This record gives sequence, C-alpha cells and structure tokens, in this order.
Amino acid sequence: MKIASMKIANNMKKSIVLLIAAVMLMPVMASAAGSSVKLESAPIDIFDKESLRRGAKAFGDYCYSCHAASFMRFNRIAKDLEMSEDEVREMLIHTRGKKGEPTKIGDLMKVSMTPEYARSAFGTAVPDLSLTARARGADWVYTYLRSFYVDDSRPTGFNNAVFPDVGMPNVLWALQGLQEPVYKKVMHGDVEVEELEGFKMAQPGKLSSAEYDMFLGDLTNFMVYIAEPVQVERRSLGWKVLLFLVVLFGFAYALKKEYWKDVH
Amino acid sequence: MSNLLGWIDERFPLTKMWNEHLAEYYAPKNFNFWYFFGSLALMVLVIQIVSGIFLTMHYKPDGAMAFASVEYIMRDVPYGWLIRYIHSTGATAFFVVVYLHMLRGLLYGSYKKPRELIWLFGMFIYLALMAEAFMGYLLPWGQMSYWGAQVIISLFSAIPVIGDDLTLWIRGDFVIGDATLNRFFALHVIALPLVLVFLVVAHVLALHEVGSNNPDGVEIKKNKDANGIPLDGIPFHPYYSVKDIVGVVVFLFFFSVVLFYFPDGGGYMLEHANFIASDPLKTPEHIAPVWYFTPFYAILRAVPDKLMGVGAMGGAIVVLFFLPWIDRCKVKSIRYRSGIFKANLIVFCVSFVVLGWLAMQPVTETITFMSRLFSFLYFAFFVVLYVTSKNESTKPVPDRVTS
Repeated sequence: MKIASMKIANNMKKSIVLLIAAVMLMPVMASAAGSSVKLESAPIDIFDKESLRRGAKAFGDYCYSCHAASFMRFNRIAKDLEMSEDEVREMLIHTRGKKGEPTKIGDLMKVSMTPEYARSAFGTAVPDLSLTARARGADWVYTYLRSFYVDDSRPTGFNNAVFPDVGMPNVLWALQGLQEPVYKKVMHGDVEVEELEGFKMAQPGKLSSAEYDMFLGDLTNFMVYIAEPVQVERRSLGWKVLLFLVVLFGFAYALKKEYWKDVH
Repeated sequence: MSNLLGWIDERFPLTKMWNEHLAEYYAPKNFNFWYFFGSLALMVLVIQIVSGIFLTMHYKPDGAMAFASVEYIMRDVPYGWLIRYIHSTGATAFFVVVYLHMLRGLLYGSYKKPRELIWLFGMFIYLALMAEAFMGYLLPWGQMSYWGAQVIISLFSAIPVIGDDLTLWIRGDFVIGDATLNRFFALHVIALPLVLVFLVVAHVLALHEVGSNNPDGVEIKKNKDANGIPLDGIPFHPYYSVKDIVGVVVFLFFFSVVLFYFPDGGGYMLEHANFIASDPLKTPEHIAPVWYFTPFYAILRAVPDKLMGVGAMGGAIVVLFFLPWIDRCKVKSIRYRSGIFKANLIVFCVSFVVLGWLAMQPVTETITFMSRLFSFLYFAFFVVLYVTSKNESTKPVPDRVTS
C-alpha cells in the first residue's frame, strides 16, 4: 500500500508540473488566437457631453436615415445630453410618419427605409445601430470607420479592412478623403501572398487626419452612449451604494463583535 | 403581542419552528470563511426570485418582441436597468456562491455519513440551477441565447433511436423558435423556481435533522451538557444570524461592484454577441456557453464522438452525486487527511478552472489536447479518491472542535 501511494504521490508531482506548465502557456495561446486587423483604441469619454452632442450631430448627418437606432428615443437624448427638445428635433428629426404626421419627440429612432429596399440597394438589411457599440466594441466601430479604402471590384467602389466586402459605402469619404490600400508581400511557407499593410491618401477630404479622428471619436462616443444610455447614471449610483455598504459593514461588524464576546 | 403569538401557536407551530431552525438550532462554534456561502446562496435565490418577478412584468416571451422588450426594460422602464442587471449579475453570483459552497463540502467532507442526503439534495439543486440558468439565458433572445440553446438542445439528438424526436419535443418546433421561447419562459419562471425552492427546503430540513458539519469534521452532538445542548454548539440565532449579516454586506459590496461597474462581466456574463437580436440564418463565429457551464462544455468538446462526448459531460455531473460513496475515508476534514487527498483535490480544482477556460477558446489542436488532459484529470480525481481513501493514512481527529 505504501509503495502504491508513493507511486501515486510521484504521479501527482508529475501532473502538478504539467498543470503549472499548462497554466503558464495559456496567455501565449490566447494571444495567438487573436484577430488579424489590429483595432485602434477609440478616443472616447462617456462623461464628455460636448463630445456626445457633436457625436449626435454627426450621427444625424451621416448615419441616421439608412441606419436606425430603434431602441433609442429622441427625448432621451435631449435629457441625457442636456439639449432642448427643439435642438434635438432640429438635429435628428428629418422625416415624417407614414401618413405624413410629424415624428414625435418621444418616438423611437426608426427609419423609413424598408429592409426590402435595403436588400436591393446594398445586398443586405441595414443593421440597427442602437447596440452596435456593445456588440462589437467601441474600438471596432472606430477602427471600422477609419478603414474604408477604394476598391473598384466592389459594387459601391469601397471595401473595408475590418469588415471585408462590407455592403456599406464610405459615406464619410468627403470628410476623410479617399484612401488607397498599400500591400506588402509576405511568404506563407513557399507561397507569396499580398497582405494589406496600410493606406495612403489618394485624394484628401475636408478634414485633416487629426480632425477626422476627432470626428470619429465623437461619433463613436455617441454610439457607445446609445448602446447603454444609463451608463453615466449607473456609475454615479454605484459609488453611493458602495459607500452605504461600507457604512453598513461597520454596524454589522460591531453587532457581530458584541454578540460574539461571550463565545469562547 | 404575546397574546397574539399564543393565539397563533395554538393553531400553527410558529414558535416551535423558530426554535427548531433558528433560536435552538445549535451550530458548531468554529465555522470559518467557507461557511458563509450557504446562507449567501439562499439570499441570492431570493434576489433572483424578486428581481425576476419585476422583470416578468415587462418582458415579452414572444419571438418577435423578446429582444426589444429587454432593451425596453433597459431604457424605458424606470430602474428597469437596475433590476435587469441585478438579475443577470445574480445568475453569475449564484454559481460563484454555489461552487464555493460545494468546494466547502469537499474540503470538510460535509457529504459523508450522516449527511449523504444533504449532499444529494444539494446536487439536485445544482442540476435544477443549471437548467434554470440555461433556460433563462434563452429569454433575452440574442444571438448567443439562440445559438447556445441550439448547441445544447442538439446534444440530445446524439441519443440513439429517440434522439431526433426528443429534440423536436424539447424545442416544440423543427428549429428554435417562438414555441421554444414560450416553454422555456414557462419553465424558467414557474416550474424550475418551484422545484428549486422545494429542494432548498429539503436541503435545509435534512441539514437541521443531522446538524451542521464543521471545519474539524467533528460531530458536536457527541459531547452534550446536562441539558442536552452540544458543548461546542451555539444557537444559530443570534450568533450566526448576526455573523451572516456581515457576510451578506461583504458579498453585496462585491456584487455591487460588478453590477454597477462591470455589468457585462467583460463579455463573460452578458456576451457581446447577445446584443445582436437572434438570427436563425447567421451563426456567430464562436459559440461559447456562459462561464458557469464551460468546464462541462470543455469535457464535451474533448471527446471526438458526439454520443460519447455527451456521455462524458453527463458523467462529469452524475459522478458528483456518488461522492459520499466514492470517498471511503472515515475522516471528514481535510485538516486531518493525507497529502494524497490534498494534492488530489488541488488537481481537481485546477482542472475544473482550466477546463472552464479551455471551453472559451476556439478549437485548435493544442486546446483539444489540453481539454483531453484536463478532462482525464477531472475524472482521475474520483478514481484516485476511491482507491486511496479506503486505507488513507490520516492524522488523529480531536474529540472537540479546535479554536
């Protein structure tokens, strides 16, 4: 029995060594499984109302009309971003209802484009943007909007490095300018392949590259906001609850101490 | 007041129950950190039921409306976001607390004679909890809800002969659809909570019948004073009620940190793809179950044959039921058990955690190899335990609890 248990103990040591090796290998393998396009970190600040208002304007001017944000209400934006309802109406409401009635400030941000029309125009339904920043992440949205390039093989004339063969054209090209892809040759074993290395500006847009990044930062910020409008309130309620619990802990601990004095 | 109590006591055993389960239930005085998780699990159950009731008031179990109704709760219902995050964070908290509670049982041999039934009721609670969580995860009706359920339900099709009919019966349709959503809703809000509450009552009644174990694994009922009160026992109320309140406050602190600052838990509690409405035509890139199911999912993926994989996954849970009879050592607490047992338990816990991590990775050769290795180690725990526990070289167990 003793020999048997020693053997087991020996095996145990071996498996523990294996375990440790396996655990140490984990981060290496996790990074190896990452995606091919490196996402830029989006310059956003959810507490910056000025930036959010600029983002709302950009969203109204360039996104909202094809894309809906159909879980969001206009007046929620007015309230959260500290704007008057008339300002929001001016900025975002450009259409009327089916019977020509004016769109109400309390309505959801829907669009009049039907999925059928979208499919015939773009080959796919246009996604709702209410939750995109939560589903894909802010960095994805930001990098995606920077990564359009000219590609004559595509029906829209544009392709995207983050979302290859995307149906959406670069609606921001007038601001950003037209980017052309730069390829580099890479050897995969014996096969030479072209890989996208970066972009070069073929025709500059209205904004400088720094201005465009800021524009996209504001737009991404707004999309992060509409993905979870309550997040500022959530954080500010959070620390009050935590503070209350710290105080409550003091009382609870004192009560426990008092009762447990006589337990030996 | 005492008249009212007397009036009730003549008609209902209120004082009797209070005394039996709280004021005159004698618990060992040496409970440590690990003993908070039982009462915490009970509290999380209450949190889930109460927050769930409020969610049900606004949620629509309808294939065309479910996803939007969750966002309606998040945006338009006053404090709906708080209720929803309490419920989603509560699901994770439930499993954290239950896993630690089960580990406590492993550490101190709380499943051993005379507490086998407590363990069995507990295992049934765990099973019901998994079903409850699985069905609840379908309700937001996002991509991960849909495809996660698709993967899990399709496992039943591996069963020979009846497999396909069985999956059809579970779904109520040829694909996951409105019918599936409706029945999962019914089971999630009525059937399983009832089962859970019933099992929790049985779990606690069985515990109070035999008395609580403790970190020394000593039976305190063996040493009683002249009045028949265990020498090492103290009344649950007020001693442990005031102590558990401290545990509750500390728990709520961590709970609130997650709820208010990391409500999607880095994509492990609310998965990113679940913010996209379910689409039967678009399969997400990686389908990974929520974190609390991942160890078993890794075992499933480790086996090449589907039926065998399902068997291994089921076996990984079923084997836990038999723990009281697999562990043949008379000594309960890890404090007085052999180094082999300690090492075995450590390997088991590490395997469980590593398996959980492995299931969230895309399948590669290395990941599959590691899944097999750690699945083997998971099952090896029980084999090693059975073989070594019969004549384990243990340390002497004291007569009374220490410290």
